[in-house]
Amino acid sequence: MGTTASHLGKDLLSEYQELTFLTKQEILLAHKRFAELLTKEEKELPNIRISMERFLDLPELKSNPFRQRICHVFSTSESKDGSLTFEDFLDLLSAFSDSATLEIKSHYAFRIFDFDEDGTLNCGDLEKLVNCLTGETDDTRLTTEEMRQLISNILEESDIDKDGTVNLSEFQHVISRSPDFISSFKIVL
Amino acid sequence: MVSDDEENETPRKKGPKKRSKPQDSDKDNEEDRRSVKSKTSRRKSKNEESDEDREDQQKKKKQGKGNKVVQKKGRVKGKEVIKDKVGEKDKKKKNGKLSSSTSSSESDEESLSEGEMEALKDQVEEKKKLITTLRNQPWRMKRRLVLLKESQEFVEKFEGALGKGKGRRLYAFKVLMSKKCIKFKRDFENFKTACIPWERKIKEVESHFGSSVASYFIFLRWMYGLNLVLFGFMFGLVMLPEILMGLPYGSIPRKTVPREEQPTAMDYAVLFDFGGYCKYSFLFYGYYNNERTIGVLQFRLPLSYLLVGVGIFGYSLMVVIRTMARNANEGGDGAEEGEFTFSWKMFTSWDYLIGNPETADNKYASITTSFKESIVDEQENQKDENIHLRRFLRVLANFLITACLGGSGYLIYFVVKRSQEFAKTNNENLSWFEQNEVEFVMSLLGLVCPPLFETIAELEDYHPRIALKWQLGRIFALFLGNLYTFLFALFDEVNAKLESEKLIKNATEWTFNEYYTNYSSFFNTTDVPPPAVHPADVIRGPCWETAVGREFVKLIVSDIQVTYLTILIGDFTRAVIVRFLNYCWCWDLEAGFPSYGEFDISGNVLGLIFNQGMIWMGAFYAPGLVGLNVLRLLSSMYYQCWAVMCCNVPHERVFKASRSNNFYMGLLLLVLFLSLLPVVYTIMTLSPSFDCGPFSGQEKMYVIVMQTIKQDLPAFIGKVFAYATNPGLILPAVLLMVLAIYYLNAVSKAYQQANMDLKKKMQMARDEEKNRRNNKDSTNQVMKDLEDLLPNKSLIPPPSEEDEQPPPDVVIEKGSKTTKTKPGAAEQGVNLQNDVSLTAPNPRAPVTHAPGPRRGPPRNARGPQPGRGRGRGQGGPPRQ
Repeated sequence: MGTTASHLGKDLLSEYQELTFLTKQEILLAHKRFAELLTKEEKELPNIRISMERFLDLPELKSNPFRQRICHVFSTSESKDGSLTFEDFLDLLSAFSDSATLEIKSHYAFRIFDFDEDGTLNCGDLEKLVNCLTGETDDTRLTTEEMRQLISNILEESDIDKDGTVNLSEFQHVISRSPDFISSFKIVL
Repeated sequence: MVSDDEENETPRKKGPKKRSKPQDSDKDNEEDRRSVKSKTSRRKSKNEESDEDREDQQKKKKQGKGNKVVQKKGRVKGKEVIKDKVGEKDKKKKNGKLSSSTSSSESDEESLSEGEMEALKDQVEEKKKLITTLRNQPWRMKRRLVLLKESQEFVEKFEGALGKGKGRRLYAFKVLMSKKCIKFKRDFENFKTACIPWERKIKEVESHFGSSVASYFIFLRWMYGLNLVLFGFMFGLVMLPEILMGLPYGSIPRKTVPREEQPTAMDYAVLFDFGGYCKYSFLFYGYYNNERTIGVLQFRLPLSYLLVGVGIFGYSLMVVIRTMARNANEGGDGAEEGEFTFSWKMFTSWDYLIGNPETADNKYASITTSFKESIVDEQENQKDENIHLRRFLRVLANFLITACLGGSGYLIYFVVKRSQEFAKTNNENLSWFEQNEVEFVMSLLGLVCPPLFETIAELEDYHPRIALKWQLGRIFALFLGNLYTFLFALFDEVNAKLESEKLIKNATEWTFNEYYTNYSSFFNTTDVPPPAVHPADVIRGPCWETAVGREFVKLIVSDIQVTYLTILIGDFTRAVIVRFLNYCWCWDLEAGFPSYGEFDISGNVLGLIFNQGMIWMGAFYAPGLVGLNVLRLLSSMYYQCWAVMCCNVPHERVFKASRSNNFYMGLLLLVLFLSLLPVVYTIMTLSPSFDCGPFSGQEKMYVIVMQTIKQDLPAFIGKVFAYATNPGLILPAVLLMVLAIYYLNAVSKAYQQANMDLKKKMQMARDEEKNRRNNKDSTNQVMKDLEDLLPNKSLIPPPSEEDEQPPPDVVIEKGSKTTKTKPGAAEQGVNLQNDVSLTAPNPRAPVTHAPGPRRGPPRNARGPQPGRGRGRGQGGPPRQ
């Protein structure tokens, strides 16, 4: 696409505006932030990828329990290492932006929560999700019994077709009723 | 060869479209180019061979019709399909046309027939639609870029080819305009977002404290914007004209400081109290002159004053309601709380804005507690050991709080009365406290009572969320009670002033009469010059409007002082002490007793709301109040941002902001309404002061409107107005509105009911379907396919290689169903969309695949791929 990391063409900028929910300023800011993560020689290369580790250092992602999932979901890397190009980064910001639609947000949320990437949220995914949400420390972890109870409650609520997993449309159904989701599923640079 | 392409593409379309798409598009591009070339050649040749054209046209028309039909079907199929296919299909079509024409006759091309033209136009439109909706697709950027470029090229190429003669010009113009319009819109959007102030500040707060604290600042910013507009009205339409075109200071009594006040008029204490020069300045009602028109522009100031005073309410009402409606729209319907308690906790509880480890830890903890709580709740729904004790405690707590409320109300009434007595005795040697008693007491009550309530509420032992609601309700009652007591006490004062004013008015009139009779009898002339009294010496009435305005201004100022001091002492000093004394203290101050303050969101929001209520009420009597408030909000923004970042710690229980968002807006609306009442009451019933303000000399304030209608507007408008104000008309109008409300209410109820029914039906259908599936999983493929095609089972499993190509008309039918579910229909309420999207095919088919990071765009209504979907068994998307 001809992006050199150091400069953003005018056409490209307007195309990005067309294709994302970001405004011009936000794209430029994203570009700046992205360039800050690059070393000098890397800046000259087109379509450079930034490894996931470096991305996780961004303060916006640092405290997020889903940071690795987010990187994996938005990465287009062939080797599945979660590294991001600038366009992936824009995709990420667009999905997390203020004006992104519920459709988009819930779609990506689903993929973020889908830890094993099999297209549905099964018990394993839900368990991992709960563990992410309750943090790493032992005193905040739920006991096995609580976990079981919790997951069965969740499945009871949202697994409409009762197949033991939550699929995307069920997920979106649940999410779209939530008053909080849109406002909290946001990352702003 | 082209037609070969076409043939090849059809099956592929049904297949794994996403992956093949890029290649397709490349090919399409080529084809495009080819087609364009031939088209231009066509055009050239068009003039020369118009005869042949006709024949050809006829041929074409047929083709065109065919195409059109296909196209129409395509369109019905729904946006998704269109989006995905139209490009190729259109091109194909075109290519088809071309290929036929190129193969049959190389050069006998002619202009496009009408059918083609229509089709092409449609295609272009579709492409444009695609361009605008492309961002709604959760696809990879690269793919979207390619698509965008492709369709942009397409549009550019064929846009020009459309239309003929006049129509063509117009079309080109339209296209150009729409392009410019889009660009302008985007630039304007960019500009608008660039203009939103404090983005970074709020973001910083957001990342430290989560979205709930930030929501306060966003609210504050919203309020600031609102006040800025109000100030714009007030300043531009009332204050500025009076300052520029009205009489200058000192020209008439109302614009002059009276003689007896002059010595102290410039004292700091007096000015700070908004007496002296402040009192007789444009900040207050009394300063404005009652001349019907002022300046060269013949500006009708009194009319403008009244209209702005009322317009402020109108504008605020509109804005608040609009914001509420928008919030309600985007915040889900929330109708069925409790239905998804667990799932919401699970899926939506993380606040992605949090960027601070400490906050994140708090968030983990609070999420864990909430999980545990809800599990416990679920396990043992109600387990009250001593229900009597708890009931007793709750009654007791409510009793105590009612007592507090009553006490505070009485206290305010008492203080206001006392201050009136002070004012009557007009004692110069009143202490500072005695002078500012009212404001002081009110602020103190606002400061002390909320924590007191919170302490009392401990007795009740409610669930925190319920407790928060109670707390908010109580604080609201307190503020409201205080405000209204204050108002009633003020009205007493106003009535007293009105009495005294009558006396003064009579006295002045009598003096004037004396003067006139004396003058005319003495000089024996009827041409009496006005008495030569210096404006400062004229006897004047108390001007109750200015007095009320002053009360409000003083109240606001003291409120600002108290708020800022509280922050400084309660937060900053506390933080400093905790931070630095911690080194030499016996226990851990940071973790133990005083700790750092938390940001009190609800209290702050309520404070802001009531502040705004006072502004609304006071703005009519003191136009300068709005300006003052703008300054206050501006400084608040910086001050509180600083305070929260430097001395507060994140909440232990993080409440989500959005849920309460409309709750706060509702409070604001209520306060707006309540502050509207006294103002309208004064406008409609009390008679304005005779010697100050823009309405002096009128019987009632609103008379100014009647006057204008009678004198300045054509007679028939006056008549219309007279009819319109006739009770015989107003009553039916009110009745009609009531009926309308009733009707709308009934309709919305019916919709809700329908929603519920649909949901039930859906669930039932699903269950049934499931059973059926399980029972006969081995029915033959064809049957299954048919099943899948039945209406309302639009499950479209992911396109897969192995499935056979379904008959084309079936595809269409299917597509038509999905139309409604497409995200393009984002306008529709979330509700509808959701419901449909559940019944409808899984719109993101690819999720059912192993989602490789490089997954292509999901395809929805591709042909049915029943085989695969079935094969996937239980794990698949909603199956029929």
